[in-house]
Amino acid sequence: MNGKITRPSLLDPRFLMAGMKESVKRLRPRDQVGNPVMFTVWVGSLLTTALFVQALFGHGEAPAGFIFAVAAWLWFTVLFANYATAAAEGRGKAQARALRAARQSIKARRLKEPRRDATAEEVDAEALRKGDIVLIEAGQAIPADGEIIEGIAYVDESAVTGESAPVIRESGGDRGGVTGGTRVLSDWIVVRVTVDPGESFLDRMIGLVEGARRQKTPNEIALSILLAALTIIFLAVCATLLPMSIYSVREAGAGKVATLTALVALFVCLAPTTIGGLLAAIGIAGMDRLLQANVLATSGRAVEAAGDVDTLLLDKTGTITLGNRQATEFIPAPGVDEKELADAAHLSSLADETPEGRSIVVLAKERFGLRGRDIQPLGARFLPFTAQTRMSGVDLGARTIRKGAADAIGAFVGAQGGRFPAEARVVVETIAKDGGTPLVVADGARVLGVIRLKDVLKGGIAERFAELRRMGIKTVMITGDNPLTAAAIAAEAGVDDFLAEATPEKKLELIRQCQTEGRLVAMTCDGTNYAPALAQADVAVAINDGAQAAKEAGNMVDLDSNPTKLVEIVRIGKQLLITRGALTTFSVANDVAKYFAIIPAVFASTYPQLGALNVMRLATPQSAILSAVIFNALIIIALIPLAIKGVRYRAVSAARLLRDNVLLYGVGGLIAPFLGIKLIDVLLTALRLA
Amino acid sequence: MTVMGVTQILIYLAALVALAKPLGAYMARVYEGSPLWLEKAFGPIERLIYRLSGIDPRAEMAWRTYAAAMLLFNLAGMAVLYLLLRMQGRLPLNPQHMGAMRPDTAFNIAASFSTNTNWQNYSGEASLSYLTQMAGLTVHNFLSAATGMAILAALIRGLKRRLCATVGNFWFDLVRGTLYILLPLSLAFALFLVSQGVVQTFRPYARAALVEGGQPQTIALGPAASQIAIKQLGTNGGGFFNANSAHPFENPTPLSNFFEVLAILVISAALCHTLGEMVGDARQGWALLAAMMIVFVGLLAVCLWAEQAGNPRLAALGVDPRALEAEGGDPLWTQAGGNMEGKETRFGIANSVLWATATTAASNGSVNSMHDSYTPLGGLIPMLMMQLGEVIFGGVGSGLYGMLLFVIVTVFLAGLMVGRTPEYLGKKIGAYEMKMASLGILVPALLVLGGTALGVMNASALAGRANPGAHGLSEILYAFSSMANNNGSAFAGLDANRPFYNLLGGMAMLIGRYWVAIPTLAIAGSLARKRTVPQGPGTLPTHGPLFVCLLIAVVLIVGALTFLPALALGPIVEQLRMMGG
Repeated sequence: MNGKITRPSLLDPRFLMAGMKESVKRLRPRDQVGNPVMFTVWVGSLLTTALFVQALFGHGEAPAGFIFAVAAWLWFTVLFANYATAAAEGRGKAQARALRAARQSIKARRLKEPRRDATAEEVDAEALRKGDIVLIEAGQAIPADGEIIEGIAYVDESAVTGESAPVIRESGGDRGGVTGGTRVLSDWIVVRVTVDPGESFLDRMIGLVEGARRQKTPNEIALSILLAALTIIFLAVCATLLPMSIYSVREAGAGKVATLTALVALFVCLAPTTIGGLLAAIGIAGMDRLLQANVLATSGRAVEAAGDVDTLLLDKTGTITLGNRQATEFIPAPGVDEKELADAAHLSSLADETPEGRSIVVLAKERFGLRGRDIQPLGARFLPFTAQTRMSGVDLGARTIRKGAADAIGAFVGAQGGRFPAEARVVVETIAKDGGTPLVVADGARVLGVIRLKDVLKGGIAERFAELRRMGIKTVMITGDNPLTAAAIAAEAGVDDFLAEATPEKKLELIRQCQTEGRLVAMTCDGTNYAPALAQADVAVAINDGAQAAKEAGNMVDLDSNPTKLVEIVRIGKQLLITRGALTTFSVANDVAKYFAIIPAVFASTYPQLGALNVMRLATPQSAILSAVIFNALIIIALIPLAIKGVRYRAVSAARLLRDNVLLYGVGGLIAPFLGIKLIDVLLTALRLA
Repeated sequence: MTVMGVTQILIYLAALVALAKPLGAYMARVYEGSPLWLEKAFGPIERLIYRLSGIDPRAEMAWRTYAAAMLLFNLAGMAVLYLLLRMQGRLPLNPQHMGAMRPDTAFNIAASFSTNTNWQNYSGEASLSYLTQMAGLTVHNFLSAATGMAILAALIRGLKRRLCATVGNFWFDLVRGTLYILLPLSLAFALFLVSQGVVQTFRPYARAALVEGGQPQTIALGPAASQIAIKQLGTNGGGFFNANSAHPFENPTPLSNFFEVLAILVISAALCHTLGEMVGDARQGWALLAAMMIVFVGLLAVCLWAEQAGNPRLAALGVDPRALEAEGGDPLWTQAGGNMEGKETRFGIANSVLWATATTAASNGSVNSMHDSYTPLGGLIPMLMMQLGEVIFGGVGSGLYGMLLFVIVTVFLAGLMVGRTPEYLGKKIGAYEMKMASLGILVPALLVLGGTALGVMNASALAGRANPGAHGLSEILYAFSSMANNNGSAFAGLDANRPFYNLLGGMAMLIGRYWVAIPTLAIAGSLARKRTVPQGPGTLPTHGPLFVCLLIAVVLIVGALTFLPALALGPIVEQLRMMGG
């Protein structure tokens, strides 16, 4: 992150103004019906306003000033809830604007055929459809998400990733995906567009942070149902109080029947307005936090699911270990000089462009000062590594030098009447057991020795896994290595389990098996061959550097290409749920104090003995009702920062987390309103407002 | 409070907990279809029932089929009972020549007994024939109880099964619950009651000449023991006689009192262990039992205190409500004191309060004292027990499945607070479960509030009150709390045999029963179809003290928030008046 997008502060005056305007605009009924809790408050506000108008004409059930104050604060309750949503969306929108700016007014050169020299026409980026072929040259912006089919180029992706260093993108392999809005810096590429307009990753993400296209997640729906049920109960409580009050007044022959104003006030105080008003804001802010972590998500559902993940599958290469294996040692066979082994290994690797091959050349140079040699005149013929032979090598006249897996070399020397020395076999096994990869070198029928290739772990990876374990997540490493090697690396890195000799089918099978057991599987990887597995996983994080196919299959893209980003994603998913739970608990716990404020106020005229319930010693019935309503409205404003930033999550056991949150938001929610309502009552009385 | 009283309560609680495990484990075997020793005796009857009615007891039902079977069976039973009540005058076993019931009364009774409510708007000895009592009410006492337990069994299967479309067979659960649980227990208990002096006869009422002459006294008799055994065990509560278990022919001795009050809670308590046993984690059952027990003991203590403290107004008039130690100071012979109005002197404060709390905690509703005469706070406790939704023990089966609805809400809140999609026993709780659980908790509360609101505005309903003012409101509130939550307990004063209470109350009982039962079965069906999520370090344990506390808090807060305003206008203001003047 380099702060490429300025996120407005919640206290920025311009931001505040925009939010207020938006809050007023959202008083329209159609913006309110979606949220049953706030809609009932909205209706209550209308009702009290009507009662106020009636009071102005002298037929009021209570002093007009009092009804006005209640009505005004009920409107504020609705406005504050609107403001919370507007504020969360505002922050998302600022971000979306920045993202969208990257894509504005891009022209594209559409090709008739998938060749660089095919005839081209100039079109708007918006006009591009899936399957179109475009040519992008140095200095031009990439018009849409797509896959490189020809060429190689340096691409500046800072517009979406914030990373200033350009990256290489080329056709074929895992680095063929490009994102719309990024810029080609050098050379040229021919790209096949993979999305229709409005469907690109960026479009989907913008939709999510803007809130306009945001759909409620399953958990949010379940919570809404609970909140609606509570609202119905409190509606019934307040509605049935009217006949009970009429009865009581008649029977006691004293006092006044509860006013509609008071009953509406009681209802609004009891209804879970705190969580109801902040629910949308929490969801939007969660998506926004994800974007802050430089992760693009295509659905809120996936983010929520991330909080539930209990199994994490990681690709070894590039995730747990640094890119590729490095040669670290030459171990000669008995009767062979180490230098002879190094020389043969060096020769066989000169034309080997694989990272392993290059690391052998480097090691030989370091150990024996062997330099690059021009071997073409010697009539050298290189044999590249193939999956069938599982070895590579060089033919130099009569010499046939080979390096490869132990069994492949064993077969090779065997065919020429040679023998695989027992000592070398021991070395091979030792290396494999230590987590290295043994590469056996043979010259004709003679085994020269073994090269040790080793994986180098990424820094800090073990700590990350420890954190995941505390979160209750099991980590599984996936690798193509043999079981011995895999076990050693797994132990070193501290993962809980591993899948060795993995093929795409085996990966898919592992995920399915975990899911059958009821586990929720997250997966993070980059390669095209992972696409089926990604599509199967519940939470699939593709790496931005990775193949387009992987990005399409995943439901999140990590722009930083940092595979352990999942820790962050899980944290954000959990935070989202915890924030909702904490505010719901707080909201319901608040009701106890409100009863103690309003019930004596409403009924003390009929039954003076109920004054004993006025434990806060609020000054007058009117100040009591007003204080409760004001507290109820202000608490929404007070909790906006918490809703937007989210409740802190720590990786501790579930029981401890629950205990802490219940104490803070449950017990705190029980006590806080007693203090708050009393304080407001004291202020109102001091200012002679009620 | 007397030493004797507290000791008896402690013995009671100990016996209740001790019986939970063996009985719970046995009931688990009944519903799992495991071989039982009793099958030697009842096995042929069980098979005969299946054969005669053409039922395949192994045919699995989806929840909708299960619910339909349950509803049809209950509807048929209700219709038969209604006809029986209307035609009893022309049927045999009617030595007192009881006439037909009024249609609204008959509807209310039929609804009451088929929903396991046993709200009684009639006086048994003055209006029912022996045939109606035995073939109508007693049969329903068995079947409504077995229905409740069957629904619970289906829900437990839902929790336990994975990727399964069915929740069991209703007929299997109904027949086995009746034959292997209710019938043997009732048989033994009825014999015990007879040994204590409870009447069991077909003879007409006895007539006794009085020493002072005049009209001879009629002494009501009947086949009481057989009905009382099941009315206690099956959380039914409908007394054979109007005075219910305050009547010496229903509850003659201290020993009969102890076992009758034990029978009120024993099956409901043991079913907690049945749940633990069937889901393969006994701790889960103990946690639920602990939550129930804590609320029960807490409210019992409040009620006990209120009754023992008595009425300060009376104390001011020189009627000392304090416990008085006898001469010599032997605590065993303490005069109990306290508020004795409406209580049998032979039971005293402790046994009356224990019964009142137990009978309203479980949806039993039988009484051995008159709750209307309790101090306001003492009377508030039984009312609150019902308003909590009959989940503190509750009706057999229905209490625990009602509690499980609260568990679903609790794990939902708790799950959110630990950052995981909520789950209970490895089953994810989604929007569907929340919708059904909310419905199950919402409906009875709405019925209580709505019924009371209509009651205080209806002239006929108001005329049924025994008292004006706040206590009159308490009477109406108590009646609807009792009917909507299928308890059946009555706040003695109210004359409820009026079309208003009969029809509205009858509807409240039916809706309160089936609008909870059907969502429960829907949850069972939905959970059975789900996979089970394995337990991990991120899973919230649902057997620890923290979860128990949270569950209690949710039950109490939902109940308190819903009924506090109504209670404030009834018992709370009465209590404040009594204390403050």
